[in-house]
Amino acid sequence: MIENLISKSNAQLTKGFLKSSPVVLSSRLRLARNLNGFVFPSKASSADKSEILNKVEKSLSDKPNFKKGFFYKINTLSDLEKRLLVERHLISRELCEMNEGSGVFISSNQDFSVMINEEDHIRLQCIKNGFNLNALWKTVNRFDDLMEASLPYSFSKELGYLTACPTNLGTGLRASVMMHLPGLFISENIDKVIRASNQLGLAVRGLFGEGSEASGHIYQISNQQTLGETEGEILSRLGGVLKNIIEHELNARQNYFADKKVVLLDKISRALGILRNAHVMSSEEAMDHLSYMRLAVDLGFLADEYRALVDYLFIQTQPGHIQFPEGSISVELRDEKRAQKLRENFRKIPPLNFDN
Amino acid sequence: MSNKLTCSLCNQHATVHLTQIINNKIQKIDLCESCAQKKGVTDPEGFSLAEMLSNSDFLGAEDSQACNVCGQSISDFRKSGRFGCSDCYVSLGNQLKPILEEMHVGFKHTGKKPEKSFQQISLSETIELLRVKLQKAIAMEAYEDAAHYRDELEIMKNELSKAKINCSND
Repeated sequence: MIENLISKSNAQLTKGFLKSSPVVLSSRLRLARNLNGFVFPSKASSADKSEILNKVEKSLSDKPNFKKGFFYKINTLSDLEKRLLVERHLISRELCEMNEGSGVFISSNQDFSVMINEEDHIRLQCIKNGFNLNALWKTVNRFDDLMEASLPYSFSKELGYLTACPTNLGTGLRASVMMHLPGLFISENIDKVIRASNQLGLAVRGLFGEGSEASGHIYQISNQQTLGETEGEILSRLGGVLKNIIEHELNARQNYFADKKVVLLDKISRALGILRNAHVMSSEEAMDHLSYMRLAVDLGFLADEYRALVDYLFIQTQPGHIQFPEGSISVELRDEKRAQKLRENFRKIPPLNFDN
Repeated sequence: MSNKLTCSLCNQHATVHLTQIINNKIQKIDLCESCAQKKGVTDPEGFSLAEMLSNSDFLGAEDSQACNVCGQSISDFRKSGRFGCSDCYVSLGNQLKPILEEMHVGFKHTGKKPEKSFQQISLSETIELLRVKLQKAIAMEAYEDAAHYRDELEIMKNELSKAKINCSND
């Protein structure tokens, strides 16, 4: 059912060779909205949920980006298809658990996705490569206005946008930035950064959000507070902290390189050796080696263009993405296919240049 | 010692006194030995006062209180951490302030307003205000004022239904 989406080559996160930047992989803004006159999804009847699903689908289907988009009712997707959409961050694990009456509408280039009847009636999100929260907010805000023109939102003057969970109340805005922090990890400073971020009201999670591991030294950092500040204030506060983290990460890399150059070159060269030659590889192992390849690009050992290749492979070597074209295969075979894909991609890569 | 501190959970003599800074505010609780054990306070690394407070044990709410639109009760809310509908924020609203205080930066929304919904809310408020004025005017036998309020009320009601139709038809 989702073959069209997978075969699309212009997807925001999987296109590869798009602009990519050191440290920040991607930024995502999400708005939680509910429709006036309906109880929240957890209490809604199936008739209500179907009505909401239809209303939102109808409203989106004539919006720019969505005319040629992808609409799926969640109960029509297989477990594998759902997993693949989760790996692309297009739907949440929570939506996967929902039944009839829930769905997702994904824009044609897969930067926007609107989950319908997840925890709230509407979860609108937009993901872009790199780090530019303000530009992303302009895009999301404009789209939210377009949606509101045909879908009356549940709103209170005092409390703002009303959401099922009070943690989203007010702006309903969650901004999260995916950061690649190998320097802070290998210099053993990452725990300090996580603790400091928590104290500043920010959440730090792994690659796939709540409860997930930070594989590939990738961390998702997001605001937790949504009420009492404007969207601009939330984003500038988060942005300020993230800029600090970027600076700390770059310093950590520099210091590590100065102190333990040989160790670092060894880690990077071994990672490349394994990616080029291994015949069996789990996704966790792949993430770690890919992380060192991203670091190699940032340090100038590989040309800039390979950073996007690494980002592309971060997603393309996830279990669902390896399994999808193969159909039902065993975990062992999946690990072989993953190693094969990595060998093919890294065979083309020129030798690391340590002279710069 | 006449001024013994009692456990915030069970009123026993409190021997564990905990202070944490959450969102730049000092939060203090006092617990007895056994409640402290149960809540895992003895491991300060893994213990979060914020999490414990958000479990609402301290709110002293009537468990039976429920939303009159969707039926969600305070105890449902404690279990799931979710409200059932937008009216819960009114029906169960008196439980809300301490929760919001620890979760967010403030109590009042200062961000974006949805144009259409906001217009409807403003119209509804104006209508309510005019109704009150109309009743007062009638009670005071100020019929000229009453007629004026009645006309204005009609206009506002029309505006509101127009706004609602616009919403559902696009």
